[in-house]
Amino acid sequence: MSEYVLETQNLGISFGGLKAVQDANIKIKKGQIYGMIGPNGAGKTTVFNMLTGVYLPTTGTFFLNGEELKGKTQEQINHKGIARTFQNIRLFSNMSVIRNVMVGLHNQPQYKCNFLTSMFRLPRHFKIEKAMREHAKELLRVFDLEDERNNLACNLPYGKQRKLEIARALATNPKLLLLDEPAAGMNPQETADLVQIVKKIRDDFDLTVLLIEHDMKFVAGLCEEITVLNFGTVLAQGKTEDCLNDPEVVKAYIGG
Amino acid sequence: MTMEGTKKKNLFAKGGWKNYITYIVIIAFLAIMIILNLTVGLGRGDKSTLARIAFSCILAVSLNLVVGFLGELSLGHAGFMCVGAYLGCFVANTLRDATALPELVVVIIAMIIAGIVAAIMGFVIGVPALRLRGDYLAIATLAFGEIVRCIFKNLKIFGGAKGMSTKIYNNNTLFILAFIVLLIVVFCCQNLINSKHGRAVIAIRDNEIAAKAMGINVTFYKLLIFIVAAFFAGIAGVLYGSTIGTIRQETFSFNYSIEILVMVVLGGMGSINGSLVAATIITYLNILLQNQLSGSLAPVKNIVYALILIVIVIFSNAPALKNFRESINPKAILARISKKKPDASVTRSDEAKWDRIPTKINIDEVLSADTRSGYADDPVPPGEDVVPMEATKDELYRPLDRKEEK
Repeated sequence: MSEYVLETQNLGISFGGLKAVQDANIKIKKGQIYGMIGPNGAGKTTVFNMLTGVYLPTTGTFFLNGEELKGKTQEQINHKGIARTFQNIRLFSNMSVIRNVMVGLHNQPQYKCNFLTSMFRLPRHFKIEKAMREHAKELLRVFDLEDERNNLACNLPYGKQRKLEIARALATNPKLLLLDEPAAGMNPQETADLVQIVKKIRDDFDLTVLLIEHDMKFVAGLCEEITVLNFGTVLAQGKTEDCLNDPEVVKAYIGG
Repeated sequence: MTMEGTKKKNLFAKGGWKNYITYIVIIAFLAIMIILNLTVGLGRGDKSTLARIAFSCILAVSLNLVVGFLGELSLGHAGFMCVGAYLGCFVANTLRDATALPELVVVIIAMIIAGIVAAIMGFVIGVPALRLRGDYLAIATLAFGEIVRCIFKNLKIFGGAKGMSTKIYNNNTLFILAFIVLLIVVFCCQNLINSKHGRAVIAIRDNEIAAKAMGINVTFYKLLIFIVAAFFAGIAGVLYGSTIGTIRQETFSFNYSIEILVMVVLGGMGSINGSLVAATIITYLNILLQNQLSGSLAPVKNIVYALILIVIVIFSNAPALKNFRESINPKAILARISKKKPDASVTRSDEAKWDRIPTKINIDEVLSADTRSGYADDPVPPGEDVVPMEATKDELYRPLDRKEEK
């Protein structure tokens, strides 16, 4: 098994003539919280989309624990252990909070169940439903959403919707969690809480986290290493403080 | 004794009888009809109307799986019914000729075979068609329905354009059989929707991209729902054949698919109970108009039918009539009657809330709080609500205008 949980080799994609991402080499060790920053349109979310199988990379490839995942479908990649949240929240808005998490639990091997079993209400159906509900409740407890579990997901405030997205992604039991701007739309207190929550789930669920964020305090408070993207190319990579103080990075953000 | 007790508790634990209201209503309706038939005696037409209502309900519920829960528009439901009707009744005819099985067994075997054949058709059509989306899928399924109809029109073995004659099932018990099948179909559909598989299907409808990202096999579930819906449509086809006596391909035209879709839309997409009610009303309305407006009035039938549909749609969906709908909603009326007296405990707890909350906020701290300052190490800013900087102490402490209880 490889030393790195996620390793990308010259990952790149072009849409027609536009090279959205070029030669991204990212290596993330197990248990790391890794940041990816960059100005708008730098290609951060495109990298996420490649890692989760939404886009097929045109160049390069990527490995999860040494296993090549390029070319697999979104479902397969999720089964292999990469889960993600979305920049523009994509909850199942007409379902209750707990059901959202239960959808995340759908593919866990302990909850496997034939559709005929459910259709004819065999005993296993009830057993599984109960177990899934308990499991989902536990996950919601981590995010302090347990009391909201019967509300519709679309009725939650923005910050809680973001937390619910993370809970739902966690339910798929990932090895690598991709968070796309988890703190966007949160107030300062919620952001501060989120820092603690991300650290806690990293430890409790034995996770590796890759996150995109514009909030530099959030990134500095969480990430040991970061990659800075600009116009699809890697501008800087390495220790968070070094990167943030890099004159090139400052220039890309502030201009000049 | 004790075993039975616990079992009953489990059945009625959450939601109580409300979970079973659909079954209770269907069974009660059937029971009333059976009693009426035994005492007063229903007419021949009434009994076939009941059977028609039952298979319309089956069609509406099964199409609701595709349209309401999966969120894909299918206009070929009559096509699946057509496959089921022709093949099922063909099997039934053959069985009647070849063996001496009782009629009930023949029909049940025919229904199972019809369902399986229709499900296979659903699979064959579903694999290519479900790669399409939205309008395009609707057109593809529409084309499928018409193709099936044309094939049966030209097959001599199925009677060609004249139609295929089958035996009408015993008029006295047909509607009972039809309703029992309906009960089974509703049972299967509701269970499927209220399980983890149903959740996956609804997740696909709500947000397909997120469903994929959660590792849900979207193709599998789309196909599954398509196949299950086709299976039930095939069964409805056999019931249709047993009611009508002669299967004609014109029946399964595009119009009929649309009629089923109208039932689903009127009843509310994603509501099985709604589909049942709408299917009953529309089928009955159709038959009523057919009987009342015959002869020279026949051309008016479609106009009246369309007008009634328009009125129903406007009444049930127009935003302008929302208040009116709510005022006649039985639930709301009940709530109004029971809530005439203001609940003392509620008021008191409300007051308690307002006594407590303002005192919790240190107003000077709020007004001086700089939200842009660092937060990771700073003490937590007080209160979750964002207080506008211009807010004065008085504004903050002013209690909310509590609405007077009506």
